[in-house]
Amino acid sequence: MYQGDFVRRLETMGGERRHNPLRVDFGLLILLLTLCIAGLFVLYSASEQNMAYIRRQALIMAAGFFGLLVVAQFPVRFWERWAFVLYSGALLSLLAVLLFGVEAKGATRWLDLGFTRFQPSEITKIAVPMMVSAYLSNRQIPPSPKHVAGALLVVLVPVMAIFNQPDLGTAILVFASGFFVLFLAGLKKRYLVGTSLSALAAAPILWLYVLRDYQKQRVLTLLSPEDDKFGAGWNIIQSTTAIGSGGLTGKGWTQGTQSQLNFLPESHTDFIIAVLAEEFGLIGVITLCVLYLLIIGRCMIIALGAQSQFGRLMAGSISLTFFIYIFVNMCMVSGLLPVVGVPLPLISHGGTAILTLFFGFGIVMAISSEPRRIGTGL
Amino acid sequence: MLQDSAISDPRREHRVFSVRLMVAGIFVSALTSIILFRYFDLQVTQHQDYIANSDNNRIHIRPIAPPRGLIFDSRGQVLADNRPTYTLNIIADRARNLDALILQLQSLITISSRDLARFRKRIQRGRTFEAIPLKHNLTEQERAVLAVNGHLLSGAEVSAQLTRFYPQEELFAHVIGYVGRINEQESQNINLTDYQGTDFIGKVGLEKFYEKQLLGSLGAEQVETNARGRVTRVLDRKNPVTGDNLTLFIDSHLQAIAQEALQGERGALVAIDINSGGILSMVSTPSYNPNPFVSGISQRAYDKLLKSTDQPLFNRALRGQYPPGSTVKPLFGLIGLQHKVFDKDYAIDDPGYFYMEGIERPWRDHNSEFGGHGKGVDLAAAIIESCDVFFYTIGIQAGIDLLSKESARFSLGQITGVDLPGEQDGIMPSRQWKTTYRNQEWFDGDTINVSIGQGFMLTTPLQLAVMTARIATRGVPIKPKLVKAINGINIAPEVDGEAIQIDQQHWDYIHRAMVDVVHSSNGTAKGISGDLSYKIAGKTGTAQVISINETERYDSSKIDKRKWDHALFVAFAPAEDPKIALALIVENGEHGSLTAAPIARKVIDAYMANLDSENQSIANTSPLTAATGN
Repeated sequence: MYQGDFVRRLETMGGERRHNPLRVDFGLLILLLTLCIAGLFVLYSASEQNMAYIRRQALIMAAGFFGLLVVAQFPVRFWERWAFVLYSGALLSLLAVLLFGVEAKGATRWLDLGFTRFQPSEITKIAVPMMVSAYLSNRQIPPSPKHVAGALLVVLVPVMAIFNQPDLGTAILVFASGFFVLFLAGLKKRYLVGTSLSALAAAPILWLYVLRDYQKQRVLTLLSPEDDKFGAGWNIIQSTTAIGSGGLTGKGWTQGTQSQLNFLPESHTDFIIAVLAEEFGLIGVITLCVLYLLIIGRCMIIALGAQSQFGRLMAGSISLTFFIYIFVNMCMVSGLLPVVGVPLPLISHGGTAILTLFFGFGIVMAISSEPRRIGTGL
Repeated sequence: MLQDSAISDPRREHRVFSVRLMVAGIFVSALTSIILFRYFDLQVTQHQDYIANSDNNRIHIRPIAPPRGLIFDSRGQVLADNRPTYTLNIIADRARNLDALILQLQSLITISSRDLARFRKRIQRGRTFEAIPLKHNLTEQERAVLAVNGHLLSGAEVSAQLTRFYPQEELFAHVIGYVGRINEQESQNINLTDYQGTDFIGKVGLEKFYEKQLLGSLGAEQVETNARGRVTRVLDRKNPVTGDNLTLFIDSHLQAIAQEALQGERGALVAIDINSGGILSMVSTPSYNPNPFVSGISQRAYDKLLKSTDQPLFNRALRGQYPPGSTVKPLFGLIGLQHKVFDKDYAIDDPGYFYMEGIERPWRDHNSEFGGHGKGVDLAAAIIESCDVFFYTIGIQAGIDLLSKESARFSLGQITGVDLPGEQDGIMPSRQWKTTYRNQEWFDGDTINVSIGQGFMLTTPLQLAVMTARIATRGVPIKPKLVKAINGINIAPEVDGEAIQIDQQHWDYIHRAMVDVVHSSNGTAKGISGDLSYKIAGKTGTAQVISINETERYDSSKIDKRKWDHALFVAFAPAEDPKIALALIVENGEHGSLTAAPIARKVIDAYMANLDSENQSIANTSPLTAATGN
């Protein structure tokens, strides 16, 4: 079969670097390193040449790479077994946020640990797909209604907690990461259709009873940003202007007028893609997309070559979630989606988000290094 | 659980997963296409629109105010200057804590509660990235204190701007006037784009009259600003064109002498250069310091000026309308001679009273108590001794129509057209005037009053100076002008119509009579003739402020000084080759001969002394350009 051939070919590609002492996939590692370095350059420009930002970001990235190497050393089965513990820890910390969280900008998302602040919702981005993967591996394919319900429960408890903080962006991403596992595990088409339809049916209910005023405002702003030029519409007008004025080749590094003259808000965090688009043009955007797609592709190949269902589901979910980050961010900055707080992975300035991503890629590395199990190879 | 794991099928798992991952891959590709299509649309298809948007964001045109033209006296001394003044501004956005900053500033310099209130008002409605003035006109010491502490005062900055300054203060206030902040009414009458860079406009005087020339034209700067409106760099600049510089005929030195001579009086003096019509001095006392008007005078100080009974803001030389009194006698004599109302041999007997047919009430001569001017008073004697009865007689003979028509040629009752705003035209009454304004017919009695410059007749000191100049030039209708040159280019002298046709012998006669007013032993102004190295031709005048009926006598000791007669004097010199003509009035100065004439002497002396030294220096340096009179 053509499909089988394709799969087989992909798998051998993924399997080539299976045995190495560092237990890392060098292809993926080099791609991540390239992305991080490119990210530092964009950040340098976006932060108005603030070296303090760069040093901090580089330090976090270095810590991330170190964490990645550490995580990669644990066997996949370890993560499968400890998934429940990690998930429980994540739930507990979300509960802690609910009880003792620190409020900032109208949302309670942080835990103050004394020496640093920590955002527990970030860890759920790994813990949830890990828990769902562990739950669904070694069960029947496609998942039975009972297992689907169980998996949804695993997903929805933290999602509701995060949504309540409120943090719509993270809630969507966490839901997506869990849902991807279900999807990859072979969730029946009728469930997919059912989910889509119920999502459509739920939309008016969400709008009327669940979404908060500022969240609704963001949706309305997306539809007509000119209505409130200097208020809610400002961000989106300035970011599309930055992107559009960049043209094909851009205004040059550190030469973007929208970003350098502070017209662009949040230029070093969520809106950093607009800085890149303004200064490096469409060529820069395409280059970044290619880099992202290579990383996603590499992760997918690793997923295909994974030796366990858990590894497959986990690596697959991580790569798709990674893509969703990119997609949501690039769409919201360019005015295709409402503004929800989703940073551009490995480019935006931020601590916990980067560490979480490296944690995820560490697990992918571990999956890529798993020795072939007897009797499961093709 | 065990049962579940028993049906787990690794092959099937892998196959299902592979298919699902491929579906996901297709999904990823599709979504990536959406992203790329969106960015392509923004960055390529709509690129031009967004480039325009981003340029509109950052590029702004900022007007640059042109420096206002300067005003100089005839010797190049600055009368209206632009000086840098320093303002303390606050940019609220850059201050860490606005209230703390203001407290800190208050510990360094004094900030009035008025300034503070104004600042608070502006900051409430103003944009916080803008520089809002907290205190104007910083002293050098205040600037030094602020500079030393600058590092502690983030958000506070000192800016420099050019502000009008009048170094001579009150000496030229009535001539130059002042500039002030544009008010609501003015803003409706000006082209606001011309005034984008400035808050100031000429309010009175030359500053108002020559506003267009002095203003200059606006420059512009294309600047890049950041989102807070702060300028990051200048992209393009079109320099403003400085306003035209004005040079006056007035010499500060002569002006100062005239001002000094009138010091303490309410009065006015206008001196005119005979050749050009250029005004050599224009003084109105009391005067005021125009500088506070520029920065914004306090209501209290303004009220004080406005309510003062001395009316310091009132330009008496230009707008003060007084009966000319006897100063018009040479002119009326001249008119009578030329129009053959009488001849130079005509003489009357003056008993001190003049009775007109059919009217019981006599018109008194000013010296009626001494029995009048006696027998055989001719025109010369009537001018020299200022005999009223002679002029009553010839006035009736000449008639108001002739006097009124011919006096107009000497600018009486006419706008002289001097280059100042708000000139008054006085009154040279006529039959028509009386019908129009009094709704009455003209009586001979009115003519008698007019014949000695009283009654309905009113003139400004400027008109009297012009009249005197036109007599001195023997009929050249010179037009008075303050500005001699614009940007160093002389303005051609103007005349007001055709030369006045009067026989030479009549000019000679009148000139001689006016010389004798000063130089003969009977002359009313003989008091100023002592040690004169040149000859002055003049005429004294006394103008009644209140009318005295025939049974009363004017006795200054019995009336309020404000109701005393005005003292006037007109003169030109040197008599044989006139160069300067002047007219002056001292309000309630009683007698022209005692109060007004000595002031004229001082001014003419100063002018002549200066003329001599100039002639000498011209003779010494370049004999070719020696002055030639006419």
